[in-house]
Amino acid sequence: MSRLLKHRELLLVAIIVALVAAFAYRAPGFASPESLANIFNDTSILIILALGQMAVVLTRSIDLSVAANLSFTGMAIAMINAAFPEIPLAILIAAALGIGAMLGAINGLLVWKVNIPPIVVTLGTLTIYRGMAFVLSGGTWVNQNQMTPDFLNAPRLPVLGLPLLSWTAILVVVVMVVLFTRTVFGRALYASGGNPTAALYAGIDVGRTRFFAFVLSGALAGLCGYLWVSRYAVAYVDIAVGFELDTVAACVIGGISTLGGIGTIAGAVLGSLFLGVIKNALPVIDISPFWQMAISGLVIIIAVTFNARQERRKGRMILRDAAKSRARPSELAEGAAA
Amino acid sequence: MTALVVDTPPPRRIPDRLSTPFRRLLGSWEVLLLAVTIAIFIANSLASPHFLDPWNLSDATYNFTEKAMIAFAMTLLIISGEIDLSVAAIIALASTAMGAAAQAGFGTPALVSVGLGVGLLCGAFNGLLVARVGLPSIVVTIGTMSLFRGIAQIVLGDQAYGGYPASFAWFGQGYMSDFPWWPALPVFEVITFEMVAFVCVALVFGILLHQTAFGRRVYAIGNNVFAAQFSGIPVERTKFVLFLLTGLMSGFAAVCLTSRLGSTRHTIAAGWELEVVTMAVLGGVSILGGSGTIPGVVLAAIVMGLVTFGLGLLNVPGIVMSIFIGLLLILVIALPIVFHRIRSRAAA
Repeated sequence: MSRLLKHRELLLVAIIVALVAAFAYRAPGFASPESLANIFNDTSILIILALGQMAVVLTRSIDLSVAANLSFTGMAIAMINAAFPEIPLAILIAAALGIGAMLGAINGLLVWKVNIPPIVVTLGTLTIYRGMAFVLSGGTWVNQNQMTPDFLNAPRLPVLGLPLLSWTAILVVVVMVVLFTRTVFGRALYASGGNPTAALYAGIDVGRTRFFAFVLSGALAGLCGYLWVSRYAVAYVDIAVGFELDTVAACVIGGISTLGGIGTIAGAVLGSLFLGVIKNALPVIDISPFWQMAISGLVIIIAVTFNARQERRKGRMILRDAAKSRARPSELAEGAAA
Repeated sequence: MTALVVDTPPPRRIPDRLSTPFRRLLGSWEVLLLAVTIAIFIANSLASPHFLDPWNLSDATYNFTEKAMIAFAMTLLIISGEIDLSVAAIIALASTAMGAAAQAGFGTPALVSVGLGVGLLCGAFNGLLVARVGLPSIVVTIGTMSLFRGIAQIVLGDQAYGGYPASFAWFGQGYMSDFPWWPALPVFEVITFEMVAFVCVALVFGILLHQTAFGRRVYAIGNNVFAAQFSGIPVERTKFVLFLLTGLMSGFAAVCLTSRLGSTRHTIAAGWELEVVTMAVLGGVSILGGSGTIPGVVLAAIVMGLVTFGLGLLNVPGIVMSIFIGLLLILVIALPIVFHRIRSRAAA
């Protein structure tokens, strides 16, 4: 059992299978392949966003602006599509990635060059980006009849039995696996979160790595802006409000340490699927969707407690309080210098 | 940024002679804020002829009094190196509990105790997880933010609680002249209960932070948690008390806000955590912990209240105002860092 506990991913798979089995007992259709494929498709956007969040969290940062970025980019893309229906979809998707990356770069620059704590930067840009979505649209909605059929149908196109939206998530997962485990940038992400001082001596520019993590998170949020708007066939200012918390929850559940440097792609994907299964199961077992928020909150707290215990068990730290303040040694140095 | 990860702080430039106390005062953040307050006041009164009306100004204070009460407690928490992002969710939960109590027919004193009690409980929950279990406060309070508001959402759904007793309205809508034993001067007709509460809370937290051993400990913990621990400061207990205080003030803000609105929805006080943190940071509290003052936060509260009120008079929609708040938060932190860097580059 303790072996199993060490392998967070296996444990999560077991929990998810157990959950699905339990729900299927109540509602037999729940575990059918179509239903499971449907849940995966429903969770695709969360998976993509959680991987972006994971890159940021690995470097000891946090990006609370992803949902606001999604809202702004989704609104911008929908408005472009409504105003210029002749622009091909590929260019619109490239634009979504570009706008998202730009908003992410603003976060990254403030963290890298101005040295403001990520939580403050993204708490600020969270309201700014959503406010900009309001300014851009004047508070109006872009409705289904204003968008082109191509724009709306692309994520729904079935390919080999799965909608394109699911394939997009799978593609992003594959790209991220390569990026995180097979590239210099991926190593730098883990190194600059695991031990920034050692990373510096190893020749890694920690600030620059953080910057690119924010750009990555922003670009993926931009992509999700398009996916969200086309999936739900409407764009308005308040889409995906509070969704940034779900991305953080998915990461924390998946065992990605908020102190940086620890975590796997499989963990983040499974964390997202866990939330997806619960979200889809609530109506099946007759629980009001209003429970969703409280459950996410409770799961975040349980998961973070669990993570902290696991990290402590490694016995790297001699003093208990040294482990506690390990969260911000760089900031302590900064504070002393200020 | 290489300086970000180097363990030893860079050498500090020590001036040959200390400047006079008066000059130091002139250069302080609080004096700068005071100048900004006066400038905004003048700009507002020039922009709108209705600004200087005493009733208008009295109404304007509602823009900041409730948030500021939480900001004072948050100031101490941030100085100690922690943060609480769940304050707005605590308001939602406390307000929901008060709504449920009002439905059950409880009177005003019971409602107020329910509000404060729920606030205290929520604060204790945060404090337990951060101070006792040793979890990072950002993640814990992101979790409890979702949990507390989620519970309010479960209870309320898309419904609203109303029907508060008439005497309960006094906290958010009352004026001091409503008090039978208060001297009946015309001034007190425009002085609200919340203004008086704001001043009292500011005084209490000002004394607590600047005049007591407890306040010294808060600074010590924020500046160097190791040194504080080795000096025999009860770090865990102090942090726990700070979370309790933040919860209590959120509960008190919930009493005032619920009384003012007269109804409770699960979206009550949405986004307030941002404004409360902005208020503290604008008041000169270092987000990295270790420095900040209550007078600074008082001025910051007034500045933010005047700015939002002025924008309101100019018919700027709320969500656009939130852009200003977000920008304010980032600029207020960024500008001193940028100026400092330019100055040290010029000196080098």
